[in-house]
Amino acid sequence: MKLDAKIPSGPLTEKWDNYKFEMKLISPSNKRKYKAIVVGSGLAGASAAASLAELGYNVDCFCYQDSPRRAHSISAQGGINAAKNYQNDGDSIYRLFYDTVKGGDFRSREANVYRLAQVSNNIIDQCAAQGVPFAREYGGLLDNRSFGGSQVSRTFYARGQTGQQLLLGAYSALSRQIGLGKVKMYNRTEMLDIVVVDDRAVGIVVRDMINGKISSYAADVVILTTGGYGNVYYLSTNAIGCNVTAAYRAYKKGALFANPCYTQIHPTCIPVSGDYQSKLTLMSESLRNDGRIWVPIAKGDKRPAAQIPEDERDYFLERKYPSFGNLAPRDISSRSAKEACDDGRGVGETGVGVYLDFADAIGRLGKNVIAERYGNLFDMYERITGEDPYTVPMRIYPASHYTMGGLWVDYNLESTIPGLFVLGEANFSDHGANRLGASALMQGLADGYFVVPYTVGNHFATKGPAGVDTTHPEFKKVEEEVKQRTEKFLSIGGNRSADSFHRELGTIMWDNCGMGRNEAGLKKALEMIPKVREEFWQNLKVLGKNEELNQALEYAGRVADFIEFSEVMCHDALDRNESCGAHFREEYQTAEGEAMRNDNDYLYVAAWEYKGVGQKPEIHKEPLEYENIKLATRSYK
Amino acid sequence: MNLTLYVWRQKNADDKGRMETYQANDISSHMSFLEMLDVVNERLLTDGIEPIAFDHDCREGICGMCSLVINGNPHGPEKGTTVCQLHMRHFKDGDKIYIEPWRAKAFPVIKDLIVDRSAFDRIMQAGGFVSVNTGGTPDANAIPIPKENADTAMDAAQCIGCGACVAACKNASAMLFLAAKVSQYAYLPQGQAERTERVKNMLTQMDLEGFGNCTNFYECEAVCPKEISVKFIAKLNREFLRATVKKP
Amino acid sequence: MTNNQPLGFSKASVGKKVLMAITGISVIGFLTAHLIGNLQLFVGQDQLNSYAETLQNMVAAKWMFRSVILILFAIHIWKGIVLWLENRKARPVSYMKDVTLEASVASRTMFWTGALILSFVVYHLLHFTMITTNPEYANLPLDNGRFDVYSMVILGFQNYTISAVYFIALSLMAFHLSHAISSVFQTFGLTKPTILPKLKIVSNLIALIFFIGYVSMPIAVLLNIISLPTGGNL
Repeated sequence: MKLDAKIPSGPLTEKWDNYKFEMKLISPSNKRKYKAIVVGSGLAGASAAASLAELGYNVDCFCYQDSPRRAHSISAQGGINAAKNYQNDGDSIYRLFYDTVKGGDFRSREANVYRLAQVSNNIIDQCAAQGVPFAREYGGLLDNRSFGGSQVSRTFYARGQTGQQLLLGAYSALSRQIGLGKVKMYNRTEMLDIVVVDDRAVGIVVRDMINGKISSYAADVVILTTGGYGNVYYLSTNAIGCNVTAAYRAYKKGALFANPCYTQIHPTCIPVSGDYQSKLTLMSESLRNDGRIWVPIAKGDKRPAAQIPEDERDYFLERKYPSFGNLAPRDISSRSAKEACDDGRGVGETGVGVYLDFADAIGRLGKNVIAERYGNLFDMYERITGEDPYTVPMRIYPASHYTMGGLWVDYNLESTIPGLFVLGEANFSDHGANRLGASALMQGLADGYFVVPYTVGNHFATKGPAGVDTTHPEFKKVEEEVKQRTEKFLSIGGNRSADSFHRELGTIMWDNCGMGRNEAGLKKALEMIPKVREEFWQNLKVLGKNEELNQALEYAGRVADFIEFSEVMCHDALDRNESCGAHFREEYQTAEGEAMRNDNDYLYVAAWEYKGVGQKPEIHKEPLEYENIKLATRSYK
Repeated sequence: MNLTLYVWRQKNADDKGRMETYQANDISSHMSFLEMLDVVNERLLTDGIEPIAFDHDCREGICGMCSLVINGNPHGPEKGTTVCQLHMRHFKDGDKIYIEPWRAKAFPVIKDLIVDRSAFDRIMQAGGFVSVNTGGTPDANAIPIPKENADTAMDAAQCIGCGACVAACKNASAMLFLAAKVSQYAYLPQGQAERTERVKNMLTQMDLEGFGNCTNFYECEAVCPKEISVKFIAKLNREFLRATVKKP
Repeated sequence: MTNNQPLGFSKASVGKKVLMAITGISVIGFLTAHLIGNLQLFVGQDQLNSYAETLQNMVAAKWMFRSVILILFAIHIWKGIVLWLENRKARPVSYMKDVTLEASVASRTMFWTGALILSFVVYHLLHFTMITTNPEYANLPLDNGRFDVYSMVILGFQNYTISAVYFIALSLMAFHLSHAISSVFQTFGLTKPTILPKLKIVSNLIALIFFIGYVSMPIAVLLNIISLPTGGNL
């Protein structure tokens, strides 16, 4: 299979304009003859559904939560980047583009990233017009902050709840279209498979999570906006319900899965406290602006932090990266913390954690200033751990946070299944091997508000209506498969819960395909996962029936897909014999422990094709061509 | 610690439902309340009893999905905390814990502790938006907004739509939810064009959904996990009076 | 589609609340006037009786005033009942374990205190206005050609049972008012978080003033601070 990214011609800065001019249009009166299915209602889904409906298309939108407003985009704390240059500090579209490509360790597509930087400004305008209450200065203009080690202040924010406010903005636009009847919203409805007829995505099969009814929906285009797969590690900062099912089902139907091994581990999360733990809570990265990260120099030093004298502490980030110090990028900070803990110098009861200490900042600025800056985060930390971070240093540890990999899409955000578009975290497109802070919200909204309304229109205009409805035999066939699978979960009658399998899988993945990977570990994981999969299908226990609200049944389906998917991840990690961005292969590092990228052999997107359960997927490579940016080694020394 | 749980079990919307008693033994004080329920569910599964169904998702206090009334308190006894961030260290060995769903006609029980909150969505669909289409919006800095107004709008906008205000209100009124949304737009210039219609339409939808009326108990403010102030209900009342005297 | 025709003012929940507030304020206005008038009991027989006579002689004004207050009172009662019924319906299944954090007892018993006050008002009218419950008051000798309201009141309150009824009813009224007054400000959107707690205190104080004002009369009679004028007997 030859992967064609369909990048428009012309200079980088003109590609998107050229595309918009050259694309085909549909007359306003014909738009209502087309229908789009949007799966997911986060930033990408809600914005796409609303924008398409505003144009006049009919939209069916699906989400597994009880309301579209609860999609996990809501949890993003920090902010959203845009190249507005309101602060007059030298920002520009090109700089945002460059920073994003560099931050992604030169593993993303230039044209996509440039478009992202271009439309970033429109997003801020759009959200402000919707009444999103961004933080403002006393003069009434928008405030910006520097985020995630960026040297310009380009991050817009709404307290520590930027994701929430942006999502509620998109949700309000979506709600308006639901009220107008242009969007039909299906809450508590989970997509369980996609239907492809004549090499075109024509619909989906869903399960009504209240009564178990399995039914089909047909449309002229299917848009997946179903987020990332960070929960493959069991513990992550993702919501409990986040899952890979929609994307994985599409993969099984022929969509390629790109770069699954690129998973971002966020350095500042509250550490695990016990084996009952269900989720990890992110503490905003902004804490690293004032907190100092350290561990004891001596191994196994279990004294309370206050009793460890200054000269027996190792401020390892400051030591190793003097110019960036505690603000070193996410992947580097995370790995350093892991090294310290692997070395037996971790802190806390479990020894898996490092200190994030505000004593110096409180001494320098006073408690009040710190409370003003981080008060709500400190409160949250105390609520969860029962410790007061004003007096005892916080303990943090990295956790799975975001997945850069996703379904392969071309410049149109269309997957290798024609008519199947993928937006937001669910696609692989813009972040390369590592995502910069405050860029996830930007990408989700760029895809939904400003990219897909054009590219889907072009798709309709060139391909015409799908002309298939749910009476087509393929729909019946897929429905039947979904029903059988559901029945299968209920009929195994084993002894273990889906949760226990998920935990087992999570441990395998975290240990072998987490922050650091190596060949032996990945091969071991590839031996262990099939065993988990086999036991799952023989020893799973799900009570109740399909025709009711059955959370255990929902969960079983998601875990089954995670298990199969995790093998694809390991294959990808094993194939990529280099360290780049969030993918750190321990074999490929310098003597000082720095990542060694290999541009000669791995300057490509690895897109995997499904070949059957337990079979090694087939790799397809999309070479990355850098016409504008000179490849350089990332250095944060 | 060992606890006795009294949990509302209801098979579906038509079932009458009843309280069941479960023992939760060897619970760690570091667990979150929902993790305690996870553990109980895992044990129920072993015993062949269907696990307790409850809504939850982000488990970090922002999605608004979790919705348990614990010993009569929506989201439990801690102020400004959702159930998912409530930890077991606030309970002690031997405690008896009542766990019930949100109770309101407008929030019918779907199963066990899960209720249908789509009424909130419909209130939003009736006017909880600014009617701007994607594209063609002015530069974000074209309209300066006094910081104070932007901050007040943000105070209101923090609402996570969980419905605890309804669950706590003796009248099962949704006034705090409604007030937060109406106020957010009323304080921002972007919300002015539809200001009059918005409050009328959203209020009408709220009334039609079968929520009760606000009689100024202020229970809502006391349980709101985002501590949204009843001053926004005062604002809503002003908005309503303003809309009444304004010509449509 | 959710685009419903907006509900009319008096059907909308906030509208009902506003009506409760407006009619409530009017009743408070009446209570104030009534109290000032009645406190003339402490000035003396002549003052109270001539005041009563003046009111009696303003026939048109009296009936206009009575009908207005009756209508306002009726709206207050009617909307109060509607609110109570709707609010009960809004929670068909109650909690096994019910907790109250903020809501005062007064705020939660508005309907019941209201109902009891209403029955008291009926009694009060029958007692002093229509003289149905104690017809013997009608036989009081005239005071300079005027009906002797002064003696009637004293006679009435000298009866322990009657005084007790008044005492209880007036405490219920004060209780009702303590929530009502602060509520009015919230309903008209005149509050903010900084003044809300103070407003509750002020509201309680005003309610207390009404209570003391009204209850001072039966107390004064029972303590013999005010007694029947010499010669005035049945």
